[in-house]
Amino acid sequence: MIKTANRRNTVRIGVGAGMADDRIAPGVQLLESSELDYLVCECLAERTIARETLNRRRSPQLGYTPMLEERIRAFAPLLREKGVRLVSNMGAANPLGAAHASRRAAAEVGVHGLRCAAVIGDDVTELLRTHPDLRLLDAGEPLESLLPRMASANAYLGADVVRDALATGADIVMTGRVADPSLFLGVAMHHHGWSYNNLPLLAAGTMAGHLLECSVQVTGGYFADPGRKDVPRLAELAYPFADVGRDGSITIGKPAGSGGRLDRMTCTEQALYEIHDPRRYITPDCVLDITDLSFEELGPDRVRVRGPRAAPRTDTLKVVVGYSDGWIGSGEVAYAGINAIERARLAADIVKERFHLDGGQAGEIQVDLIGMTALHGDTGRTQDRPEPYEIRLRIAARCPDKRSADLIGDHVRQLNMQGPYAAGGPVNLGPREVIAVDAVLIPRSWVKPEIVLIDKDPQ
Amino acid sequence: MTLRVHDLAHARSGDKGNTSNVAVMAYDEAAWAHIHKHLTTERVMAAFAHLAEGPVTRYEVPKLRALNFVIEKALAGGVTRSLRLDPHGKTFSALMLCIELPDD
Repeated sequence: MIKTANRRNTVRIGVGAGMADDRIAPGVQLLESSELDYLVCECLAERTIARETLNRRRSPQLGYTPMLEERIRAFAPLLREKGVRLVSNMGAANPLGAAHASRRAAAEVGVHGLRCAAVIGDDVTELLRTHPDLRLLDAGEPLESLLPRMASANAYLGADVVRDALATGADIVMTGRVADPSLFLGVAMHHHGWSYNNLPLLAAGTMAGHLLECSVQVTGGYFADPGRKDVPRLAELAYPFADVGRDGSITIGKPAGSGGRLDRMTCTEQALYEIHDPRRYITPDCVLDITDLSFEELGPDRVRVRGPRAAPRTDTLKVVVGYSDGWIGSGEVAYAGINAIERARLAADIVKERFHLDGGQAGEIQVDLIGMTALHGDTGRTQDRPEPYEIRLRIAARCPDKRSADLIGDHVRQLNMQGPYAAGGPVNLGPREVIAVDAVLIPRSWVKPEIVLIDKDPQ
Repeated sequence: MTLRVHDLAHARSGDKGNTSNVAVMAYDEAAWAHIHKHLTTERVMAAFAHLAEGPVTRYEVPKLRALNFVIEKALAGGVTRSLRLDPHGKTFSALMLCIELPDD
């Protein structure tokens, strides 16, 4: 496709996913309608890599985002037809495997010979074993305390690895842990030839990335409050794109006439999403300051972003450490009508007592009354929590073993006969293995990322 | 009628580890002046006292008419470990908007 002269000074970066199991259709819509240069799919939550590390141990060819093939099959023909390059952290715990899988999935839909670059080197698990003195940011304790249970440790890499991977000419870049906004900044650095010396440009690319990284959260998702702030055609939410100029100008857009909304309010909410100190949002590439940020509505579906600033990147990289933390079991059952709350409370007491009688082990048992106290807790003041007509009881337990986690759910499941009268919809939600995460900071120089270009099939 | 944050502002919550942040954004300048004056860390801590250990830090972004509350030890050990129905604290923004404010 021939891009206009104007477009060469502006790179258009679209979003194809904002979480691992995000919808695919809006990505296809964006590819078809919006003359993208690049498509970025952000698919890694904090703990995802730890879970995928366990999957890779069971099956060495796995460990990347399970929806990768489905996504690539949907996108690949359009990537080729429109000349769009894809960047994603769908590599998770296996970027090389993801690069091979992308080529295979594309070939299945007739798109042969894709060049896929894998970014490796974010996995610092073995390195961390030799540094037990590192301090865990959440627990405040030395890393040593959870080394025996450590499942994974991955450093948040920055935009430079994306820039370098694109420089190989790859059609698709698959990374493991790369900071979400860095995926977008890396595209802009490659396309515009930006360097780490120009802080306003780093601020612009990081800001655009931060606004886009959660897909629909800037186009009307996670936003609607009926009657107070409505979102038109919420069912048809569109994914956003950013036009990032060589000079660092930023305009956020979505397809003309698409569902959802994109305006000052949606951008403001997303600008502050998961930010702590608004003067110091630390990424691997810079320290972003959004206190001078402003949004101008250029028209329907177009917002100009001004005012992001940045200070130079820090000397450290954040590492997410995943570790095994036992099992969680849970179950639910519902009551209604006269005395419903008292029956739910009695049922909870029965389950706890029976669980202990049967030898169940739990470090912590949580009882929730869904409809009263499950989301915003119990303040202990009855006027804060008026009694509803119906109530759903939820019991969850943190257990050292799978059997106990299953047992607590079983006891809830059995309440239809073994508890108070009129118990509806009892269910054991099943035991879940817990992969918890914490984080440490390490010197930047400890991490040595590499780019591997896959442009032929394995022998 | 009781004045609540919901009458003046909208909100969005996010999580990092065991920390929740709830951004509160005023609909207009008058509403901004009001939440800037009255939506204090003390009021927020009181509303979240049974859910979070704290501390609560309040950041201000006047150009966006926004306050950003960072609530530490708020997620029952963090998203990945929590026994709660809403481990991310996604619904905390709605609790923030229920906070009652003086109407002067």
